Amino acid sequence: MIRKYLLVFFTLCSAILFLSRLFYLQIIDPAYKSLSDNNAILERSVYPERGLIYDRKGTLLVANQPAYDLMYIPENSKAFDTTALAQLCGVLPERIHSQIKKSKRYSYKLPSVIVRQLSKETHAAFQEKIWQFPGFYLQKRSLRDYKVEAASNVLGYISEVNRNDLLKNDYYALGELIGRQGIEKQYETSLRGEKGKEFFQKDRFNKILGPYENKSFDIAAKPPDDITLTLDIELQSYGEQLLQNKRGGIVAIEPQTGEILALVSAPNYNPNLLVGRNRSSNYRKLAQDTLAKPLFDRGLQAQYAPGSPFKTLNALIALQEGTITTKTKFKCNQGHYYARGQFMKCHCRRGTQNRLIPGIYKSCNTYFAQTYRSIIEAGETPADGLTRWKKHLNSFGLGNYLGYDLPIGKPGFIPDSSYYHRWYGPKGWKAPTIISNAIGQGEILTTPIQMANFTAAIANRGYYIRPHFVKKIGDSVVLDQLPKNQTTISKEHFDPVIEGMELVVEKGTARTARIKDISVCGKTGTVENFTLIDGVKTQLTDHSMFIAFAPKEDPKIAIAVFIENGYWGARWAAPIASLMIEKYLTGTVKRSWWENRMLNGSLEEEYLKPLSGKPFTINE
Amino acid sequence: MNKGILFRLDWVLILLYTTLVVFGFFNIYSTTYQADVNSIFDLSLPIGKQLWFWLLSLVMIAFLMAVRAKFIQQFAQIIYGISVALLVGLFLFGKTISGATSWYVFGGLSFQPAEFAKMSTALMLGAYLNRFQTNLKQWKSQLLAFGIIALPALLIVAQPDPGSALVFGGLIFMLFREDLNLIYLYLLLAAGIIFILSLLYQFEATSLFLSFLVFLVYFLIKRIRPKIKIYPFLAVLILSIGFSYSVDYIFNEVFEQRHRDRFNIVLGKTVDNQGIGYNINQSKIAIGSGGLQGKGFLQGSQTKGNFVPEQHTDYIFSTVGEEWGFLGCSFIVLAFSGIIIRILIRAERQTNSFRRAYSYGVAGILFVHFFVNIGMSLGLVPTVGIPLPFISYGGSNLLFFTLLLFVHLNFDANRLSIW
Repeated sequence: MIRKYLLVFFTLCSAILFLSRLFYLQIIDPAYKSLSDNNAILERSVYPERGLIYDRKGTLLVANQPAYDLMYIPENSKAFDTTALAQLCGVLPERIHSQIKKSKRYSYKLPSVIVRQLSKETHAAFQEKIWQFPGFYLQKRSLRDYKVEAASNVLGYISEVNRNDLLKNDYYALGELIGRQGIEKQYETSLRGEKGKEFFQKDRFNKILGPYENKSFDIAAKPPDDITLTLDIELQSYGEQLLQNKRGGIVAIEPQTGEILALVSAPNYNPNLLVGRNRSSNYRKLAQDTLAKPLFDRGLQAQYAPGSPFKTLNALIALQEGTITTKTKFKCNQGHYYARGQFMKCHCRRGTQNRLIPGIYKSCNTYFAQTYRSIIEAGETPADGLTRWKKHLNSFGLGNYLGYDLPIGKPGFIPDSSYYHRWYGPKGWKAPTIISNAIGQGEILTTPIQMANFTAAIANRGYYIRPHFVKKIGDSVVLDQLPKNQTTISKEHFDPVIEGMELVVEKGTARTARIKDISVCGKTGTVENFTLIDGVKTQLTDHSMFIAFAPKEDPKIAIAVFIENGYWGARWAAPIASLMIEKYLTGTVKRSWWENRMLNGSLEEEYLKPLSGKPFTINE
Repeated sequence: MNKGILFRLDWVLILLYTTLVVFGFFNIYSTTYQADVNSIFDLSLPIGKQLWFWLLSLVMIAFLMAVRAKFIQQFAQIIYGISVALLVGLFLFGKTISGATSWYVFGGLSFQPAEFAKMSTALMLGAYLNRFQTNLKQWKSQLLAFGIIALPALLIVAQPDPGSALVFGGLIFMLFREDLNLIYLYLLLAAGIIFILSLLYQFEATSLFLSFLVFLVYFLIKRIRPKIKIYPFLAVLILSIGFSYSVDYIFNEVFEQRHRDRFNIVLGKTVDNQGIGYNINQSKIAIGSGGLQGKGFLQGSQTKGNFVPEQHTDYIFSTVGEEWGFLGCSFIVLAFSGIIIRILIRAERQTNSFRRAYSYGVAGILFVHFFVNIGMSLGLVPTVGIPLPFISYGGSNLLFFTLLLFVHLNFDANRLSIW
């Protein structure tokens, strides 16, 4: 029996073994079936061209430009003239040598990059001679092309993804581009679109034999959405010119919509610096400039004490809380003693008695110190009064992130009672202790965009729309989704404050901001500030500050201008704000004397003073 | 001479054979596919060569059918002598292709005498077993029978082509059928199991396991037959442990690294998809990617990309797996099992022990090829370079497998004639 069926038995066993193994490999185990695991199929991504960016009037700001990488496949190469090649690409022959060595080490059959991002001009010259260099070819890549050399702080930039990005988001693959800053980062998913896939049949040397299965598995790329910004690029560029040789920021907002018309930060940089072959060395230079900080957006990230413009808010709060009326008078004798032996100076003449409106346009420190005191003391305890005061300010978007659509920002600071409790103890402080807050000094910190925003809220008589930079994504309008943020101040209280602000420009501290036929409402600020020099707290020249909106009825623009160490608000910030307003509302600037003075004025010497190591004078 | 043979032939077997050969053509064509091919009869292409060799085999079949079985039996010794001479001649006139001197080359045609030796040895052994004096219960006969197999096998090992030599092991089924003591079978099986155990686990663990097993069996038997002595069990145990130790020693000290790797990969002890494991891994990917129905003729991406080396010869089964899927593979497995079992069933009906033994030899040879080749493609058997009969590319290969099979068919058709 055994003898007869031995081999039959073996054969049947083998057959069963094989069939079950085949069943496992071919039917059950999916690992050997999926396309990506199949090493005969090359999956290649197809990238849609990155979305374009326009300004509010439809001017093209950011487009794409082709750049060409010089690629090399060692296997296809023959002897060639390295020096001639180096000359054509504009690099040293040694570099070509070392890159070729590297590529040979990498693979004889696969392409490597020899020279990155040849310019269009080089590419044209190269195309004619490339036949002399077998094994070399040019591969097109897409780079950003900044059509207008402005608004770099808003637009941001893109760069290749790094390890960190890859860990965080599995959409990206090595070598792909990602928005790194600004609009490019915030709207990355809209601007990049969705990459597609192509499948190729390849052989075991990775050589492509042709499309796989007649492209039936290919996935089409999803084109990106173009983005329309709220910026007015003409106004933006104008603002950047006005701020040259100065440090500071301008934020202009359209009050009814919250659309940001200009966000200027000075000094800034040319966006085209961060494109192309010199990107990394340029970036290093910008990042290492720790004095001028060109990558630091002063409009969004700089937190300053707001100074006198803050008085308008204190006035509004006091009116709302009923601690003053428009008729309330306060005496001022070139200032006043707010506590025993503590005198706060003011530029009012001796014996002045101001009501609210003159208090605003004369920027009377005494008036607002008393006003602030009345707010704080209206509560049962100072803490109570302070809490109420803070609640009003929060409703203007102060003391917290505004929620605009750029990835950077600062919350500013509005102190609350627990903050002072920590410093002085629960019973250790009263209104006079914190009286500096009355005039926008003290502990308060705001960013320029917050100041522009509360100016817009005043212009709107009581509400603001969250400021934003993007008007349209593709065809969908952003504004439709933004709610009205109502402030806690009733509408009627705005009229006297606005009246005062109009007179600031008419006959008050900011007559330099007057524009013919346009009623500008504004408020100057001259902000004391300090720095540490060798560990010693040293006062520097005051910051020049101005907020404004215009026209008074139906405001079209609200603006905040901040010039670091510019001294009087009326010296730099007010004229610059008024030039911006004139430019935006009329399209041209007729006051060329002022324009030239602002364009050519430089504060560079002022900025060098604290670095000189010598004693210096301030507020000249 | 051999009238009416056409009516007596086993047409089922011929049908299975033909289907496999034609299926083989499809797969060779696909594996060696080039877009700018002119004619499939083009001799410069593998498919062209294969087709011509098949036509040649058909002519030889025609001659073969006219020859009587008795004639073949009488000439078995001479045929064997010629094939041994051809194997020896290789050392003088052979051509070395990829390291092995296994070929005679005339013009464009090459001929591998080892293929011929498989058939001639089966004939010789059959003839020897049929002799009146032969009695496999005697040492002398056993020794001679093993010698007949070993002579060509050793000559082939010396080429060196150990894969082809291994096939001669399949002839041992002839001996088992013709009354070789089955203790050899059990020894072989036991040796195989100890071999695999020693490789999978360490020598120490294997010895422990063997001791446990032997004593367990001893005590079980002792309960039934209390008088049984322990010495034979101890002898078996010592021999097994000795064998296990020598396997361990040979594997680690005598084998070269490449041999070790082949075993380790199949046993799953090493994962190496780039070096020695590349073939097996690629073959598995190709087969696995076929799924149930396969990707279709000429559609295999692994096949097109030439990922599997030697795919048209030793790894042809991976093409079948990729392009014809589970269905195609199952067909091949079932067809081969069918052929082998059918040969065995028909052999049992022989009255003449020469012819029966020969058919057993054919079945044995086919079984070794079938088991080793497909097992290797599926990663179940260590890499041994032998082709899949009737399917793999190779001219003399196809020719001699055809002859091998048709000699059996001739014998089968003439089983009723006494001489």
